[in-house]
Amino acid sequence: MIKEIRIGGFGGQGVILSGLVIGKAATLFDKKNSVQTQSYGPEARGGASKTEILISDEEIIYPEVESPDILVIMSHEALLKYHKDLKKEGILIVDPDLAHIDVISDFINENKIEVYEVNVTKIATEEIGLKIVANIVMVGVITKITKLISIDSVKKAIIDSVPKGTEEKNLTAFDYGYNYNMD
Amino acid sequence: MTKELFIQGNEACARGAIEAGCRFFGGYPITPSTEIAEYLSIALPKVSGSFIQMEDEISAIGSVIGASWSGIKSMTATSGPGFSLMQENIGFAIMSETPLVIVNVQRGSPSTGQPTMAGQGDMMQARWGSHGDYETIAISPSSVQEFFDFTILGFNLAEKYRVPVVILADEVIGHMREKVHLQDNIETLKRIKPKEDLKDFLPFKNVENGTNPMPSFGDGYNIHVTGLTHNERGYPITTSPKDHSTLVKRLVNKILKNRENIVSTNFKYCDDADIVLIGYGSPIRSIMEAVKIGRENGIKIGYLKINTPWPFPEDEVAKIAKNVDDLIVVEMNLGQMVHEVERVAKNDTNVHLFSEIGGTLPKPTDILNKVKKLL
Amino acid sequence: MAEKNKQDFITDEEKNPYIKYFRKDRLPTIFCSGCGIGITINSFLKGLESADIDFNNLSLVSGIGCSSRVPGYLNCDSLHTTHGRAMSFATGLKIGNPDLNVVVFTGDGDASAIGGNHLIHAARRNINLTVICINNNIYGMTGGQVSPTSPEGTLATTAPYGSIDTPFNLIDLVTAAGASFVGRWTTAHPLQLSKTIKNGLLNNGFSFIEVVSQCPTYYGRKNKLKTPVSMIKMFKENSINKRRADTLSEEELLGKIVVGEFVNKKRGELSKKIDDLSYIKSGRNTIRKSAYIF
Repeated sequence: MIKEIRIGGFGGQGVILSGLVIGKAATLFDKKNSVQTQSYGPEARGGASKTEILISDEEIIYPEVESPDILVIMSHEALLKYHKDLKKEGILIVDPDLAHIDVISDFINENKIEVYEVNVTKIATEEIGLKIVANIVMVGVITKITKLISIDSVKKAIIDSVPKGTEEKNLTAFDYGYNYNMD
Repeated sequence: MTKELFIQGNEACARGAIEAGCRFFGGYPITPSTEIAEYLSIALPKVSGSFIQMEDEISAIGSVIGASWSGIKSMTATSGPGFSLMQENIGFAIMSETPLVIVNVQRGSPSTGQPTMAGQGDMMQARWGSHGDYETIAISPSSVQEFFDFTILGFNLAEKYRVPVVILADEVIGHMREKVHLQDNIETLKRIKPKEDLKDFLPFKNVENGTNPMPSFGDGYNIHVTGLTHNERGYPITTSPKDHSTLVKRLVNKILKNRENIVSTNFKYCDDADIVLIGYGSPIRSIMEAVKIGRENGIKIGYLKINTPWPFPEDEVAKIAKNVDDLIVVEMNLGQMVHEVERVAKNDTNVHLFSEIGGTLPKPTDILNKVKKLL
Repeated sequence: MAEKNKQDFITDEEKNPYIKYFRKDRLPTIFCSGCGIGITINSFLKGLESADIDFNNLSLVSGIGCSSRVPGYLNCDSLHTTHGRAMSFATGLKIGNPDLNVVVFTGDGDASAIGGNHLIHAARRNINLTVICINNNIYGMTGGQVSPTSPEGTLATTAPYGSIDTPFNLIDLVTAAGASFVGRWTTAHPLQLSKTIKNGLLNNGFSFIEVVSQCPTYYGRKNKLKTPVSMIKMFKENSINKRRADTLSEEELLGKIVVGEFVNKKRGELSKKIDDLSYIKSGRNTIRKSAYIF
């Protein structure tokens, strides 16, 4: 069974790095199969940014995500653009400071979408003092909710992927996301 | 021992180049190929190699040809607009029999087109882009692993036949991340020095198999390398019809007479298939998925995966054409390789085009719908 | 009669001491009689000898045009490339093997029209190439078209009413771009030219030597300078040494050919920098001729 994750935000948030961490955790450390793709606009910073990760025990042939099982939203623009692709009874994870889900409440109700709201940017800024690790806080949230990748593997993947010297901050960010009280 | 990595196609290509023995890169930044240059700018000095960012793509390939004659395996990487600028010097590399590798990570086109999206609009340009009669080798990867493996293959073929080899990738493969296995016992082809005495050596001899050993500058052979029609010694001889014909036919036959050693394809379910899908590069992924779903639903379809668009695998296509009702060529352009398939298959079967432009992969369900209409 | 017989027995070497450097099986050359390229080749070979450069370690690179045919006649490794691009091929060759002595033969059209961008970037990088630019102010090989260095008013097949373009001053161009050695002479100054070529060859950096040369066949015929002698005479009369030129106003210099050495300064050289980076990152210089090793 292939699980499909799409993460949408804007350039500079580290959206693509979060996809890389998840894909690396799944393949190199959990020994599953994964493909990660990304798309971005022509802008160097601030344009729309999207990454998609497929995770499966079987070989992944077609690498693009048509209707994700899990949609992670880091900008209001991404919410408006991608929510309709989400599978019925799919999972929607949103940073409520960046996107407002009330505008799609009909869609959520009709499709029985499982919604989680976590202020990852606020946590990164206020608890860790580093706004740019919001993406890794979100990776913690995704790890907890989806259970697609193991916590140890994600931590290894973070150490393997983030710039040298920032490992501690990023692992702290991951813990904040993973331990966030979803109730 | 193999090493596993989860990396982008462009990085896999750059790593493959290093493994193949590439020690010179001359390039110019262009989306979506730039990560290849960036990776090699870090990696080459660490393996006693050279990296230079040139002033444009014309000089990029010029520097690569110069470096190759200095005795170094050399490459450049680009995308459509840069590939267009390189065409004249690609012709020079063919005429002067200079081994090198050009990676073209194709994007949406024509012109500046869609820099961050995928396309396969350069297939015919890779074949006919430079002026004049020539044959060429082009290889298309459809996974990150293949981008690594095919780059190594590209260097080996370039050395074996003394030709420029084009790796025709696309944005999907360039930017996608997948797991790759890096073997550490990779076979590379070393360049061979001439055995003859300095005085007797004819660098462009009309030899049976077409390819001569290649000395480098500074070896004492005092060779003359020119894009003008030349004799076996390398000297210009531009008004003799016989010399021109002998030279150009030898260059063309180097590829044509070795077609079976160069061509690479894979196929599945073609034996009992009513319909066979044909593709190359990243849309292969859509084709394979469509075939998988189709077979699960009792549809008799198969696929032919072309790893080497050039030289075109005409025997392989012709063989399949005899046994099927329909062939569908799937490509991310408005129909380029479909003409080659028609050329060799139209007397035996019906040839159709499934075309997808705009920058994203064809959807397997859309391909299947086309298949169902033909059943 | 006796005199004539003696003439017949003069060896090639006695006629021209530099004949030993030629690919004799390629002679005669395609150059028109009276062309300035012959004087330039002799001055080059004289400069080469006095700089004590090993001829066997010499690689000549050229583009397209009359001047670009020079490497084909000299018996060393030679790379005759595409129009305007010699500088980029030479850049790859020199970086690939910094031990080679790389000399580029080019002309005014090849170097400053179609190859202008490569010229200024090679100068900017200060890569150790010696560029000999034979400037005849016209496209000779294609039959006498106007070039980027043709003085205003020049008659050419594509300037039938006289050139209305402003010409490049190649010396100013490469100096501004950062060349570490810049010189200019005419074919009326073969000795000075060979000395400047020697100095250019010895400079460890980008050396640009312009040779103002006669094309009696096209430039001369079109511009009332029909014989090689009249053209060389014109060069002699109009040349003015750099030191004197420095004291004259722009108006006084109008129509003059300023000759001499303009730049000779030490500056970091590119192929050395690449070799050094390799040493820092890998513990050794770039591997020469590695295609034969792995």
